[in-house]
Amino acid sequence: MESRELVIVGAGPAGMAAALSAYRKGIKDILLLERDQYLGGILNQCIHPGFGLHHFKEDLTGPEYADRFIKEIEGIKGIEVSLKSFVVHLTGNKVLTYLKPGKLAEVKAKALIMATGCRERTREMVHIPGTRPAGIYPAGLAQKMINIEGWLPGKEVVIVGSGDIGLIMARRFTLEGARVKAVVEIQKESRGLIRNVAQCIEDFEIPLYFLHRILRIYGQDRVEKVTVENIETKESFDITCDTVLISVGLIPENDLVEMAGVELDKATNCPRSVEPIPGIFICGNAYKVYDLVDWVTRDSEKAGKMAAEYIKGLK
Amino acid sequence: MIKKLTCIECPKGCQLEVETDGSHVIRVTGNQCEKGVTYAQQEIEDPRRILTSTILTKGLAVKMLPVRTSVPIPKAKLKEAMDEVKKIRLSGPVEAGTVILRDLLDTGADLIATRRAG
Amino acid sequence: MPLPRPSPYDVLIIGGGVTGAAIARELSRYRLKIALLEKEEELAFGVSKSNSGIIHPGTQNPPDSLKGKLCVQGNILTRRLAKELGVDFREVGELIVIFKDDEMPELLKIKKEAEELGVPRLEIVDGKWLTINEPNLNKEALAALYAPTAGIISPYRLVYDLSENAQNNGVEIFLSHRVTGILRKTGTYEVQTDKIPFKSRFVINAAGLFADEVSRLVGGDDYTIKPRKGEEYLLDKKLENITRHLLFPLPSPTSKGILVIKTADGNPMIGPTAEDFDNKGDTATSDAGLNKVLENAQKLVPSISGRDIIAYFAGLRPVAGNDFIIRHLDKSPGFIDVAGIQSPGLTAAPAIALMVADLLKRNGLELKKKLFFKKHRRPSVHLFAIPFEKTRKLIKKDPAYGEIVCRCEMVSAKEVRDAIKRGAHTLDGIKFRTRAQAGRCHGGFCTTRVMKIMAEELKLKTTEITKRGKGSEIVKDSRDGK
Repeated sequence: MESRELVIVGAGPAGMAAALSAYRKGIKDILLLERDQYLGGILNQCIHPGFGLHHFKEDLTGPEYADRFIKEIEGIKGIEVSLKSFVVHLTGNKVLTYLKPGKLAEVKAKALIMATGCRERTREMVHIPGTRPAGIYPAGLAQKMINIEGWLPGKEVVIVGSGDIGLIMARRFTLEGARVKAVVEIQKESRGLIRNVAQCIEDFEIPLYFLHRILRIYGQDRVEKVTVENIETKESFDITCDTVLISVGLIPENDLVEMAGVELDKATNCPRSVEPIPGIFICGNAYKVYDLVDWVTRDSEKAGKMAAEYIKGLK
Repeated sequence: MIKKLTCIECPKGCQLEVETDGSHVIRVTGNQCEKGVTYAQQEIEDPRRILTSTILTKGLAVKMLPVRTSVPIPKAKLKEAMDEVKKIRLSGPVEAGTVILRDLLDTGADLIATRRAG
Repeated sequence: MPLPRPSPYDVLIIGGGVTGAAIARELSRYRLKIALLEKEEELAFGVSKSNSGIIHPGTQNPPDSLKGKLCVQGNILTRRLAKELGVDFREVGELIVIFKDDEMPELLKIKKEAEELGVPRLEIVDGKWLTINEPNLNKEALAALYAPTAGIISPYRLVYDLSENAQNNGVEIFLSHRVTGILRKTGTYEVQTDKIPFKSRFVINAAGLFADEVSRLVGGDDYTIKPRKGEEYLLDKKLENITRHLLFPLPSPTSKGILVIKTADGNPMIGPTAEDFDNKGDTATSDAGLNKVLENAQKLVPSISGRDIIAYFAGLRPVAGNDFIIRHLDKSPGFIDVAGIQSPGLTAAPAIALMVADLLKRNGLELKKKLFFKKHRRPSVHLFAIPFEKTRKLIKKDPAYGEIVCRCEMVSAKEVRDAIKRGAHTLDGIKFRTRAQAGRCHGGFCTTRVMKIMAEELKLKTTEITKRGKGSEIVKDSRDGK
């Protein structure tokens, strides 16, 4: 079994900030595990600007924000980056098991930082009655398809939920030549930034329905239409479409810490503290869902410092 | 007349009230900083947007390279700009910040890479 | 896909669900030329994919029914089949639970009828037994009928493993071939499809929801298949051990009721509803269905909450009256109906297959055993089901076992490629075989990865990759045209 001072799971903005912060505090043996084939996490698919206004005092796109940290990490020998590395097991004693092509490894860490981000709430988790055709995607998956793979998931889109990801994708689809026929929001105002409503919805004159919900999805093999209902008046109308995008929230990914014995809040899936087990720290979206990456960086740097203090305290 | 705008310069999204004669700005209220005023002026006289998109690469490790315009371009040219962007096939390696195309559609804006691709 | 033989087949099976696949595998023991036609893009895409995966002990069937006899037989045969094919079968036992004293006579009646059928080791257990052995069951439960021989299996993995073994023993399978007509010419059937015609001496109608329509093609007109919809709701895998047995209420006239069950993949499942519909294509779920299922499931296990639901679907039971219709259609010699195979059809499948073989024999088909029948199948690898030490050895042999594609279910790229080699060529086909896309994030992480592997292995354009066949393409356009 390998022994490391600090192991960080996830090399998105949280993991990278934590790694750099711990390094600057004197920890020179850091293993940074990332399941994708590049660093940067979700920022790689967030190609729009709005990142770094606080941290860098610049308006950067997601990849540009990530690039600042990636460049720093690549210059540091004490931070070992392991890509395509997937943690499958974690114990409360800080023993991790991870898989990568050609290898299954066990590592014992003095301290651990979990920066595992979020997963999206899917159609399956929110009951939208109807059939289960192709064409129903969580907004982040559609974003990955378009921005990372260059695939257009659909041509006539209805978006469920007016959170930031849904709003951003309304613009993205429109720019790619698709028609966004509606954004349907069950609450009385947008869950996302007002700025995004302006530059993603109003700019393109996309109908935004508040206090509405999707009553039913139709289509046997591919989405054909949806019925939309005004939740107050109960009036409903149909919108033909071939795609339904689901943007109804994020869920912190904490399966691993749960495995290690950490109790999560049942409603939010969040841990109850940054250090739920001595020496195991959680930062970034895995700790709580942030609205700006700048705050992720700020808090993850703190977590990196705390991990460094913890390790130094062991000696 | 009074036009209501959301400032998009930063995530705050201040709700601006802009007194205008149709083509010029007389007064701006609701802004929390100077950027709101310049935004309002620009938006009334000549609305512009930063365009972000992706371009296809050839033979690079990153299949779709994210790009942005260096400065905002006229809102009315967004669609045309997208058509131009879709035509590009990038084969050489780039760093974040590398200029892919100079002066996109005579707007004065360059198209720059926002990510390294080797 | 091969072209059909010019000379007639001995047996042509219409329908590639668990019934058709079990029959194909059974007949592949004999020296026969066998073809199986399936109208969907992959096997099990009809009725079988919505199956609960329960191997019933045989309770709740009339003593003189085919359902009852074949279920009891099937319960035993499935265990052996599972070993031979390398598919997991787990015996978990079932409890039919009552809450009131006046329900006891019905429970005893169920017990008696089951014993007449030969269901073994039944016993009535009391509240104390239930508290110890089923701790999350509603404390108000009075008693239950305990049938220890109930089990769980993956219904679609069973279909794929049966059919793979059948193919290995010479059965030819034709996917996306829908039967459009059947003619009888001098002792041979000509079965017309939307693609090419097939000739066969015997025809087995295992066409699920459409068995009545197929039967009508040869003049069989004495039954109709009425779809009875069942909505099912899957719970988070975290609750895998919320129950130890399959929990049943007392049955209703049209169904065994809304259950709280365990599934072979670990997720508990609640449901199904039972609603008669006219439309053989209507598999929509509904708010009313969700509420009914949740309400009834909570009667059995009060701690279940709506928040635990992570997925849902609906299936259609092919109902043809009260019993299976398994018979030689005398007015059309050589044609065998295997219709109305609703619950306990999965359990009964291997027994149905034996009965069909017997019917064929009695109606003129010579069954000569092959010298070499490959009865075993090399089991598929599922990383999530094996200890890390074994995974380490596998990775040494093939590094691609270390490349994780689906994070929720821990599925490697190698497993996905193997599934494709074994016949999967749609996203659903890969999901049913490997569990990739079936976990908590429902494909949010792995869909693009799985699609890229499919494009590579199947030489498809991204725009040609489907969820479950033509019409269900995932992506409308691709920047690089690939």
